Amino acid sequence: MAIATDQIARSHTIAILVDNEAGVLARVIGLFSGRGYNIESLTVAEVDAGRRVSRITVVTSGTPMIIEQIKAQLSRLVPVHRVSDLTVEGPRVERELALVKVAGKGETRVESLRIADIFRARVVDSTNTSFVFELTGSAEKLNAFIDLMRPLGLVDVSRTGIVAISRGPNPL
Amino acid sequence: MSETQMTGAEMIVKALADQGVEFVFGYPGGAVLPIYDALFKTNSVRHILVRHEQGAVHSAEGYARSTGKVGVVLVTSGPGATNAVTGLTDALMDSIPIVCLTGQVATHLIGNDAFQEADTTGITRPCTKHNYLVKDVNQLARTIHEAFYVARTGRPGPVVVDLPKDIQLSLGTYAGPEKVSHRTYAPRMQGDTRAIEQAVELLANAKKPIFYSGGGVINSGDKASELLTKFVRMTGYPITNTLMGLGAYPASDKQFLGMLGMHGTYEANLAMHQCDVMLCVGARFDDRVTGRLDAFSPNSKKIHIDIDPSSVNKNVAVDVPIIGDVATVLEAMIDVWQKRSYKADPAALKQWWGQIGEWRARDCLAFRQEGAIIKPQYALQRLYELTKGQDTFITTEVGQHQMWAAQFMKFEKPNRWMTSGGLGTMGYGLPAAIGVQLAHPGKLVVDVAGEASILMNIQELSTAVQHRLPVKVFILNNQYMGMVRQWQELLHGGRYSESYTAALPDFVKLAEAFHAVGLRATKPEEMDDVIKEMMAVDRPVVVDVAVDQKENCYPMIPSGRAHYEMILADGDAQKQPTITDAGLALV
Repeated sequence: MAIATDQIARSHTIAILVDNEAGVLARVIGLFSGRGYNIESLTVAEVDAGRRVSRITVVTSGTPMIIEQIKAQLSRLVPVHRVSDLTVEGPRVERELALVKVAGKGETRVESLRIADIFRARVVDSTNTSFVFELTGSAEKLNAFIDLMRPLGLVDVSRTGIVAISRGPNPL
Repeated sequence: MSETQMTGAEMIVKALADQGVEFVFGYPGGAVLPIYDALFKTNSVRHILVRHEQGAVHSAEGYARSTGKVGVVLVTSGPGATNAVTGLTDALMDSIPIVCLTGQVATHLIGNDAFQEADTTGITRPCTKHNYLVKDVNQLARTIHEAFYVARTGRPGPVVVDLPKDIQLSLGTYAGPEKVSHRTYAPRMQGDTRAIEQAVELLANAKKPIFYSGGGVINSGDKASELLTKFVRMTGYPITNTLMGLGAYPASDKQFLGMLGMHGTYEANLAMHQCDVMLCVGARFDDRVTGRLDAFSPNSKKIHIDIDPSSVNKNVAVDVPIIGDVATVLEAMIDVWQKRSYKADPAALKQWWGQIGEWRARDCLAFRQEGAIIKPQYALQRLYELTKGQDTFITTEVGQHQMWAAQFMKFEKPNRWMTSGGLGTMGYGLPAAIGVQLAHPGKLVVDVAGEASILMNIQELSTAVQHRLPVKVFILNNQYMGMVRQWQELLHGGRYSESYTAALPDFVKLAEAFHAVGLRATKPEEMDDVIKEMMAVDRPVVVDVAVDQKENCYPMIPSGRAHYEMILADGDAQKQPTITDAGLALV
């Protein structure tokens, strides 16, 4: 089948199942840097300890030809089991977790707690002058929350990067 | 001790023997001494001592490319491994099956900046198809067998196995090659049936078709070349080859248009530009082949057969991709063509060949041998004429001489032409010739060289002499890095910055110093006698041919230009394409 040749770069979420062996992450990252592909977000963890399989979720962007290249190049790596473009393969759920540290006193401190409540963020650490909020959701929701925290004493952000899974009963 | 219990070093040697390895190209050092000790005690594998690790890899490449088998390299840790990197990259770019065993410091020293330690798996990750660090002696044999499997299957390539010294010395259980399988790696061989049918239909209805085939045909094996030849003759369509694909189709055949690309023929490039259906067989639309991408064959439907899905739609969007092994897919295509009784449109084909005939009549490779100075083309034309009667293997270095060799040496069979295509590695040809000569004793093996390239791995002459390999080094000596000089003339106003070699050695005396034979030709009339003498001597020979310093290699598609914009040797100076500012930035 012929490929779309339009020149518009779009963001794609790609899931990769790999053998959890030494150097496998370096192979994937090296491929992206070596060929000049963009990594917007990357997460990796073992998902099947028995079979020693890890799942890597990469958010990247490119034209349709570049995205096809990225998938083909990833599939070519020897320890890669499966490459799946979740963005094109039907509906999916995407989530990201952030830990957000906000320091402040008085009204700004109360305000940060109030906004956290609206966003359903949990307080996982608290001192008299700070909170650490835990927030899960889409990247947009996290961005919105972090933007609101900025004038209220935002001091530190740690984000996991996006994890994603397809909707419905079927595996990757 | 049970039969399958042995040291790691013994396992390595046994694994090589079980893989049917005839030759190992290597260089000893501290981190591989146990392996060399095991080699000392066996006759099953012959070790070829090279003079530099880069030479070891290129020799293994020459062996692999001329036989279709896996070439094997053994080098020590640290500098041994880093010296091999150029060869590994070369093999990756040209899809050559290589297994390179590298010594490594003992596992407990890894990461400590130990003597001759290098992060070999880290350094070679981007320049190998795959690599391994063996940390358990019981995984050693399996890993080596897997390395051979990965290197030779699918799109072939180099594989590194890094072997810590303590693993070589410890005892473990050997596993034979029959037990190897891989749980994820399984290249696809069969092409999609519907795509194949669609492709054959497109071909059958073509008015201006062309076959464009590359190194994938040669990698697929002899059968692929036979099937390609059969299919091309069955259809009556024209065919052109890439630099890597020369020999897959007999060059003397009238349907062959010569090589295409930057220094390809006028007829091949114009046929590519004007065709309406293009069948790309095991080639990868490399920038040397396509010229300016947005003007590449603008009106054609493109079919692409490749075993590597990442080659498809990489540079050029194709209409019908077929992922699979060339021989398997071609067989299926021929089958469809015959079953459906397809026939080429005779009127259209006649017209197409008429057009191609006009382009051919331009005689784009013509040159005039006048006066007392040898034209490089003349030297190669005489080399071809005097050697064509026998089965000759040609390797090259990189530069003008390489392109002239591709234009003037005609190959009737695959595996006779070994050149560094993708990486363009000066210094490739002599060590490659050594590997070829080992695999083909009694055959004529000639390294067509330039005086600059040959100096990059001249030390391998010593290897050839030691192993009594009568390779011939045929130097077209113009005292310039000719291709650099040509580009400086065309792109940089004739400012020949550092491309002239002011202190060249006397190549005849140099050959003699290595205990090889040195010959020289300085006049056109000496050419034939010198070539005949070179062929008659059953020892390594270096021939120094003094050629025209100013000769440029044409036709040439200047960088940033399209297939129809060729500079021709005798073209009208006013109408020759020039290099654009965008082209200047291209390599």
